Amino acid sequence: MSGKSVFKRVDWLTIFLFLILVSIGWVNVYSTTFSEESSFVFDLSQRYGKQLFFVGVSLISAFILLNLEAQFYERFSSVMYLISMVLLLGLFVFGKNIAGATSWYDLGFFNLQPSELAKFTTALALAKYLSDIQTDIKRVKDQLYALLIIFIPVLLIIPQPDPGSALVFMALVFVLFREGLPLYYLTIALLAVIIFITTLMFGTIWVAISLALLIAVFLLVKKSKFKVPLFPLILFFVLSLVFSLSVNFVFENVFEQRHRDRFSLWLRLEKDPEKLEEIRKTIGYNTYQSEKAIESGGGFGKGFLEGTRTKGDFVPEQDTDYIFTTVGEEWGFMGTATVVLLFTAMLLRLVYLAERQKSDFSRMYGYGVISILLIHYFINVGMVTGILPTIGIPLPFFSYGGSSLLGFTALLFIFLKLDANRLNEWL
Amino acid sequence: MKKFLLSSIIVIIGITFIGRLSYLQIFRTAPNQILEDSAVQAIYDYPERGYIYDRNGDLLVANQPAYDVMVIPREVKPLDTLEFCSLLGIDKPKFLERMQKARIYSPRLPSVLVPQLSKEDYARLQEKMRKYEGFYIQKRSLRYYDTHSGANVLGYISEVNETDIKRNPYYKQGELTGRTGIEKQYEEVLRGVKGVKFIQKDRFNRDIGPYKDGALDTLPEQGKEIRVTLDKQLQEYGEQLMVGKRGGIVAIEPASGEILALISGPTYDPALLVGRERSANYSKLHYDTISKPTWDRALLAQPSPGSPFKTLNALIALQEGVMRPETTVQCYNGFFVGNKKRGCHCGGGLRNMNTGIFKSCNAYFAQAFRKIYEKYPTTDEGMDVWEKHIKSFGLGDYLGYDLPTGRKGRVPDKAYYDRVYGDNRWAPSFIISNAIGQGEVSATPIQLANMTAAIANRGYYFTPHIIKEIGGEPVSDPTFTTPHYTTIDKANFEPVVQGMADVYTQGTAKWLQVPGIEIAGKTGTVENYTKIDGVRTQLTDHSLFIAFAPVDNPKIALAVYIEHGYYGARYAGHIASLLIEKYLKGEITRTDLEKRMLEKTLEAEYAKPYSGEEFKINEYVW
Repeated sequence: MSGKSVFKRVDWLTIFLFLILVSIGWVNVYSTTFSEESSFVFDLSQRYGKQLFFVGVSLISAFILLNLEAQFYERFSSVMYLISMVLLLGLFVFGKNIAGATSWYDLGFFNLQPSELAKFTTALALAKYLSDIQTDIKRVKDQLYALLIIFIPVLLIIPQPDPGSALVFMALVFVLFREGLPLYYLTIALLAVIIFITTLMFGTIWVAISLALLIAVFLLVKKSKFKVPLFPLILFFVLSLVFSLSVNFVFENVFEQRHRDRFSLWLRLEKDPEKLEEIRKTIGYNTYQSEKAIESGGGFGKGFLEGTRTKGDFVPEQDTDYIFTTVGEEWGFMGTATVVLLFTAMLLRLVYLAERQKSDFSRMYGYGVISILLIHYFINVGMVTGILPTIGIPLPFFSYGGSSLLGFTALLFIFLKLDANRLNEWL
Repeated sequence: MKKFLLSSIIVIIGITFIGRLSYLQIFRTAPNQILEDSAVQAIYDYPERGYIYDRNGDLLVANQPAYDVMVIPREVKPLDTLEFCSLLGIDKPKFLERMQKARIYSPRLPSVLVPQLSKEDYARLQEKMRKYEGFYIQKRSLRYYDTHSGANVLGYISEVNETDIKRNPYYKQGELTGRTGIEKQYEEVLRGVKGVKFIQKDRFNRDIGPYKDGALDTLPEQGKEIRVTLDKQLQEYGEQLMVGKRGGIVAIEPASGEILALISGPTYDPALLVGRERSANYSKLHYDTISKPTWDRALLAQPSPGSPFKTLNALIALQEGVMRPETTVQCYNGFFVGNKKRGCHCGGGLRNMNTGIFKSCNAYFAQAFRKIYEKYPTTDEGMDVWEKHIKSFGLGDYLGYDLPTGRKGRVPDKAYYDRVYGDNRWAPSFIISNAIGQGEVSATPIQLANMTAAIANRGYYFTPHIIKEIGGEPVSDPTFTTPHYTTIDKANFEPVVQGMADVYTQGTAKWLQVPGIEIAGKTGTVENYTKIDGVRTQLTDHSLFIAFAPVDNPKIALAVYIEHGYYGARYAGHIASLLIEKYLKGEITRTDLEKRMLEKTLEAEYAKPYSGEEFKINEYVW
């Protein structure tokens, strides 16, 4: 009777952190969507009422997920993946358009967002494929298969359009690295990002000069030991320059003005302070307002239901993507630091749990969970506090939205079930 | 290794976020949160500014409503600009310029488009205002003057500037503050304290109710009315007499130090600095650098005191025991300094203190002055003693009265002469001109009036002041109720007062007697110079007069200073007598004097230095 013992073996620390985050999240959704007319917390016509309902649904789901057979997830991962892909595909026909994106099914009492569910199904499918005895991550063919699993939902989500959600799936590449994908892929990706940013900030010339300098230094250091083949270095240099030039080309000719403005704002490319301020208040309006609101919270915040900017609806999307703003304004640095620490604690705990798995599948899925939670948390808080450009994705357990709360709950609790079952794995 | 990669990333992200958040929430957080918060708007409720009454309860300054045309640029719909401009009474370029300015200030917040419409304009505009979206009329309160006098002493109010706001954060853009005179001095009393309501705004700047249910809101505190020591009638009469003349008059009640009149000529109607024409009028007044109507000569002019100063030297000579009232001095139509002769107008002959004063004999006072110095072994010591006596009459000092401007005047001391002539390279003969008030000594009219009050009181004075009551409560500030004693014994005043009384009965002012009032006075005819094209040129003497009355129970002490009025007994003497009569009797019996003063002007005299031609000074005929 493994079902009976699951509550003895499950990791209560993670559940505890989960419950705290969900509670804090709901309190802030309440404060953000609160109106003087109706303050009954179960009022389903109000967003906080609905969110409370979904918290209940999520807790019930969590209970069910913990009580299913652990093997179920591994066995049916492909099926679940397929179902979610079909759901994503179905959006092109039956999807409901909200705020310019066709990302939802209208189920009457609530809108289902399949991309939220695809997150855990893709993580399951990826873990399943990678843990297969016949898969060798060192083989390029298998690498490509694994990437395919990740990129199918990406390709289905981008046209919605919902680039933020699509980006989230990329985080699953982390799982591949954990499982032996050579790190130089990561190095190349990182280098590409660095060249991208430096090209925008300083121009191709400076990128060329600094690369040449780096290579020169590299040669000087290495030369004494053995002869370095020059050709790859020259190739690397040329490719980098081509990439840098193409960045310029893409930025000027492929990007639209609003994309350019986002980068201008993020990297402070616009040197004219008046224009920069103008961009801040138009394209960067959300971030500008959320930064101001967080700033106005100070050390200890204005208090529950006392956030003036929250009340004044200064920050658009504050109950969903910008929910962290409410924490900042009403609870101040004490609140925001607490939330950051809670997320850090939960993620570190999950890394610990993932590493103690005996089954490859469980460990790989665990890494998938961590990757997805981490990228949400990183991009969301980074965006709200103004250190990353605007990319609209929800903050796990906090943001208003039934699909995302359910999705994250499923993501987490499937892993907790696998973890609770780790001693039975050999059976 | 790879295990730690992800953990490290998680920790690094956590540290980055905490760093960013502490920067935002701890280092960058604004101190005056609520006023900086764009989600909270402070709406101020301005109390009415306090009225100003004269010593008898007559109204001087009250308030009147004015109407500002306000604009919220974002709400402006296309309009018939020409028609609207003609309604507002401004031209199109000006309208567009102000609209632009308002837009730059804020598209969402109201700005003043046309300030202070008259009641007539308001009535005309009010009906048509509905046609113009984004514009509205806001009522506010302006000063109303129930007199045409006292512009400089009453002062005016105007909008605060950047500096005011920086100096006192109470003030916000567009608020009013007292700029000069009583309005400035008693700003906080008159102003009251504005109330504030905090309104919670949404991001479209719409009202969504009181902030924190009004917990931080305050009620306005009414401005207090004040009663000043001025006598409205005397002030107005004095200004009438000053028409066409430049100079300053200060009248003080010796028994209290209350300022009865503070007149500066030329003056202007205080109503000029109210309303729409304010700035045009202000420029006109401010840039009149020749007659300087905004320059309060009663407080700021520093002429040599001339002959009235002789009274102090007489008092010092008596106090130091170097002269007795009956001591005589021979006047040779002048006196000798070394072998240089200085002139005297007294007619020559043997002078004692009484005749010395009422005939204003220069030779007598030169001797007195010399004797004061000769009493002491060195000139330095003599100088110290003399300076201490003079200063005890409030000369060479700001006096500490409750008006925002003033000058120190000058009582030269040994440091001063050391600076001018070099250490110890001067002797009493260098400074002998101070004996007759013509040397390095200088004083403002209010100092001269105060000095006269000290003589009238026979040895003490109260700090001159203008405030009498605040909000119905008499002001009993010890600064104004503590007598300042001079260094001269009471007994020594009598011979001098007698001499001053005889100025009226048989001396330089005998034509100015007022029937039924015993006046003590002293004329002054003060040489003065200016530079014309770099050449030091003598101008017609200043006419100066100090007086108090009645002699035995002084009710009024005054100093009159008329620029280039020639003999002290002419303009200054006439005006002094008329003011005394007006104040003590309430009516004028010497209508001949009055007629002459109301009609005569000195404009021709003032034009001389600017004519570019040769001119005569001190013309005998008048």
